[in-house]
Amino acid sequence: MLADDLRGVGYIALKDLKAYYLKPPNISWGILLPFAFVLAFAIRNPGDWHDLLPGLVGLSLLFGTSTMEATVIVFELRTGALERLLLAPVRLAALLFGKLLGGAVFGLVMTSVVLAVGLAAFGAGNVQWPWLVLTLLVSALTCAALGAFVSVAVKEIFEAQTLANFFRFPMMFLSGVFVPLAGLPPALQVLARLLPLTYTIEALQASLYGGPVERIALDLLVLAAFAALLFGLALRTLAQRLA
Amino acid sequence: MTEMAIVAERLVKVYPTGKDRQPLRAVDGIDFEVRCGEVFGFLGPNGAGKTSTIRMLTGLARPTSGRAAVLGHDLAREITAIKKRVGVVPESSNLYDELTAFENLVFAMQLYGVPRAERTPRAEELLARFRLSDKRNAPFASLSRGMKRALTVAAALVHRPALIFLDEPTTGLDVMSARGLRQMIEDLRREGVTIFLTTHYLEEAERLCDRVAIIVKGRIVALDTVEALRGYAPSRQVVEITVQDEQHGLQTRRVEADDVATAVRRALEQAEGAQLVAVNTVRPTLEDVFVRLTGLGSEVMLAEKGGRGGGANAG
Repeated sequence: MLADDLRGVGYIALKDLKAYYLKPPNISWGILLPFAFVLAFAIRNPGDWHDLLPGLVGLSLLFGTSTMEATVIVFELRTGALERLLLAPVRLAALLFGKLLGGAVFGLVMTSVVLAVGLAAFGAGNVQWPWLVLTLLVSALTCAALGAFVSVAVKEIFEAQTLANFFRFPMMFLSGVFVPLAGLPPALQVLARLLPLTYTIEALQASLYGGPVERIALDLLVLAAFAALLFGLALRTLAQRLA
Repeated sequence: MTEMAIVAERLVKVYPTGKDRQPLRAVDGIDFEVRCGEVFGFLGPNGAGKTSTIRMLTGLARPTSGRAAVLGHDLAREITAIKKRVGVVPESSNLYDELTAFENLVFAMQLYGVPRAERTPRAEELLARFRLSDKRNAPFASLSRGMKRALTVAAALVHRPALIFLDEPTTGLDVMSARGLRQMIEDLRREGVTIFLTTHYLEEAERLCDRVAIIVKGRIVALDTVEALRGYAPSRQVVEITVQDEQHGLQTRRVEADDVATAVRRALEQAEGAQLVAVNTVRPTLEDVFVRLTGLGSEVMLAEKGGRGGGANAG
């Protein structure tokens, strides 16, 4: 049964990448959007562009993984295509993880491009590569889990981006992307601690600029907990919808 | 003793509804068995419980109560084993618009664990069988409705299932596509595949099915061979008379009576001097049985599905 599930996870992710993700509009949007946000901020507040690299990478992960992920499941529920997967000898958790993995892989590919451009433009500091890679992987899974939760929570395709932005926009402004956490009022700092992107940005800052490993490890643990929670919620919601 | 492909016992499906409304009892304690190798027809009007039954037997919906075994596996405990040996053609063709015909078949094989070396030859074989070889690299979205239906059936066969569920397979198809699909069902039967067929075309069921269950409001009201079901039809004899006159041209009328002689005599009286073209006794059809058992006109089945489409008369 486990072999069936693992095979299902891999092929569902590959199918989603081919059918939905790897299309020119998605690729260009996934790369350009974070640059547009950061460029707008940098022009308004010219300063040390170095500080913006973790935010640029974090935004790329968030939007690259969750934008399409937030629509694929509800789209397939509406068209009936999800039924094909439900009829296959693959458990529901594996099906959902396959969907999530497709979004995570796409987000990682987009982020790799953004990271390469960012490092070339801003210069590489004291990068801790193993921790950086781990941060990207765990953050991509967390953001994709958020997208998957949104996708099973909405009834119509057009509702997906609205709900996704309900979660993404507060993260964009409160998680230390543009403004360091220490610069926020205390109440907003507490709120920021409830947002997964905060831990992604912290872990990215530390792994890109030689921060303490313990801090990265703790951030990753919190991110993994967010991923598990969001995946569990998405699985339960989907199971209830299908019952 | 004949091996059973499906055994359903007191199967119930209740769907919750909104506040202040009674839950919907879509399937209401049905019992039936499907023998290995037969074509089993499941007839009923819209909302009778046909699709809910299929959804339960294929693991898409959990029965509210009752039990079932499919191909010897318990539905509640061995659904993965069941899924590996069953193919399902849902009412709407639901493959992936973005993938080509070939890619859709290969993806289905990947999900069902068909060995890598077998995938391409099997996909080519199915494309050829369903006359879709020239559409191999065409996106699913670009295919005609009949081609989409054929490819959906092909996708259900990729793993050589022992049992296939066909939910309204010819609905909305043109005459030629419907005819091709019926031929395919007959071919599958010859190959020993068990077929569970829901349809609202009574003539289609009459022609294809070994046995037929009629389901109304979640309950099976009759289950037997088509021949035996004819016995449920009204016992009166029916004679069909075709006459021709200058004013009306050819006209066909049906006359019922307790015996054939009386029916023929009345029919001849009705000819009223017109030229007699033909007199035939009429065997009861599944339609007669359906009308008698359900109290519904057979046109209800067609109207609910938006017309005859590739109706069974097409051959």
